[in-house]
Amino acid sequence: MMLLHKFKMVILVALLSVVFLSGCTTLPRTGPDTEPAIRQQADLVPEGTVLDVEVYDPIEGFNRGAYRFNYYFDKFLFLPIVATYQFIMPDYAEDRVSSFVDNVYEFNNFTNNLLQLKLKKTGITLSRFVINTTVGVAGLWDPATRWGLHRQKEDFGQTLGHYGVGHGPYIVLPVLGPSNLRDTTGLVTDAVAFAVAGPPAWVDDDTTTLVFTGVAAVDKRKRIPFRYYGSGSPFEYEQIRMLYTKKRELDISN
Amino acid sequence: MRPWLTSIVLFLLLGLPAATLAVDKPYFYPYVNPLEATVMELPPFYQADIPDKVPTKTFKVYPFPEREIPKVFWYEDGLVCSLTYQKKEAPLIFIIAGTGARHNSPKMVNMQKALYQAGYHVISITSPTHMNFIVNASSTMTPGNLREDAKDLYNVMQLAMTKVKDDIKVSRYHLTGYSLGGIQSAFVSMLDEEKKVFDFERVLLINPPVNLYTSVNILDGMLKNIPGGANNFDAWLDNVMKKLAEAEEQMGYFELNGDYIYKAYKRFPPREDFLAALVGVSFRTDSASMIFASDVMKGGGFITPKNVGMSNSTALTPYYVVANRTSFEDYFKQHFVPFFQKSDPSLTEEKMIRMLSLRSIEPYLKSARKMGLLHNEDDIILAPGEIGYLDQLFGARAKIFPTGGHCGNMNHQDVVDFMVDFFAGQEG
Repeated sequence: MMLLHKFKMVILVALLSVVFLSGCTTLPRTGPDTEPAIRQQADLVPEGTVLDVEVYDPIEGFNRGAYRFNYYFDKFLFLPIVATYQFIMPDYAEDRVSSFVDNVYEFNNFTNNLLQLKLKKTGITLSRFVINTTVGVAGLWDPATRWGLHRQKEDFGQTLGHYGVGHGPYIVLPVLGPSNLRDTTGLVTDAVAFAVAGPPAWVDDDTTTLVFTGVAAVDKRKRIPFRYYGSGSPFEYEQIRMLYTKKRELDISN
Repeated sequence: MRPWLTSIVLFLLLGLPAATLAVDKPYFYPYVNPLEATVMELPPFYQADIPDKVPTKTFKVYPFPEREIPKVFWYEDGLVCSLTYQKKEAPLIFIIAGTGARHNSPKMVNMQKALYQAGYHVISITSPTHMNFIVNASSTMTPGNLREDAKDLYNVMQLAMTKVKDDIKVSRYHLTGYSLGGIQSAFVSMLDEEKKVFDFERVLLINPPVNLYTSVNILDGMLKNIPGGANNFDAWLDNVMKKLAEAEEQMGYFELNGDYIYKAYKRFPPREDFLAALVGVSFRTDSASMIFASDVMKGGGFITPKNVGMSNSTALTPYYVVANRTSFEDYFKQHFVPFFQKSDPSLTEEKMIRMLSLRSIEPYLKSARKMGLLHNEDDIILAPGEIGYLDQLFGARAKIFPTGGHCGNMNHQDVVDFMVDFFAGQEG
């Protein structure tokens, strides 16, 4: 497992660095007139300490590029589409779409709860799917939550984490945002499983799947209030990287 | 029962409650602990009845159009302000945000809604301590000097008015601000007495510090509640995460929203030291951004090396680490005072500390009938005796609520009512 991951990582790093950046350094440019700062990390943090904020990020140059790319992608394409969608759709209909999308993706919650042998949560997920698909009219409503059956989110990244796979290098995915090698692997696996054995396979109609994928992407972006460079902190990249890593640890630990 | 008796009984039964209703309902705030009051969101039941959405648009001003902005701030382009507008002619209120907050922070948006509902235009201005202001609108790029910040704010207000003057009709001007924005309002108002560009009719200071230096050190000192200090932040955060995981385990689900946090809070009441640490962390996070922005804008030397070129891909992690380990005291002594000493060699730390205080403009505050104060007796940023000082200084112009912490009650119905009445000139 370890070796495989190392191998994958090497390939990924090589690929990404070739494709996106050649010679993009993350160190500041210095000159003959550069003088050290009054306050420096070496004086303030005991030597050898690895801080939470120092997440393993060997492809930081690429990641910062992808982070910037996502800002522009959001600004010029994704968010205008989301805004148009919100303008056209009544709020009530938007909520029905969200419920529907969530219900379809219960497939991944189900498989991953099962893979982690969380039987109670697997049962809850199955019951939710049955209740919401029938009583909730094909998932347009979510009566299950009102009855105390809360969504049990699990993805394959969490499943890998559950079985001891570390997060690996941090990756900012173009369009999709913060991730790491483990979670990217999980994302791909979930997507493949979903397409091959999940609802798209049951429906078996390319157009329907395509439309659903598009609507689901817009619906998901709509529900995430995060805006790139919207925090007002010069350290947003560092903060998001740390929070993402911590949040995933929390997701995996339960 | 005889008819006349019945009517007397009825009168007593029905008339009595009516009579009590006529008297003001006493102010009630659900959090007695001032730290809770400061940190926790006010439960909806006590919140002021304000509209969900009000007509608001954002715009940018460029106080220094010639200024070259370092590449590391490539995403910074102009100071963003917002205008909440009435269709007809109306008075306009400027609001100055608190430390590290923007024109659209939740407290600002709540005020926009409440004041719009009461019939005002509102222009919301980001705090001079925010990166967006430091980079685009600060002349000294060294926030905290109240007189200098007031000049910058006054300049921004004029540019903002130029920007919106064709869209709205303004009958007269008011000014307000909360926390740091509160004390800044006092200094801006004083500047306005001299320049008379707006000739503010009413000025309301909401939860201002008496002395900025004292209050900031109180907030900064709350980090002491992290056992072992800033270098133990990671362990503390891990512990917080563990607690969250436990809460999730017991509650059966996790959501990152106010409702969930309130429910979790009710079931697992946090300890006092945790709340204090939270306030400290939140403050330090804002001040870290401020210090980095200020240092980089002036060419570095404090927490970043002097004369280096940072690009849009430069890793900022080492500076993040240092900025988060730099207290306000460090900033004040190693960066702030030396900077202002360059233009005024006679300046000392003690002199500067005295300048960062409402006491330094006491005669003006005493005489300015237009100025009012809204505060809480249990505000955590005040040192002992300071609330008494404010009460005495403002006298009948002070409204001091017994509870509410630091700005915790700003969206409480009674507090909003007071604000609205104040600008209408009808406060009790």
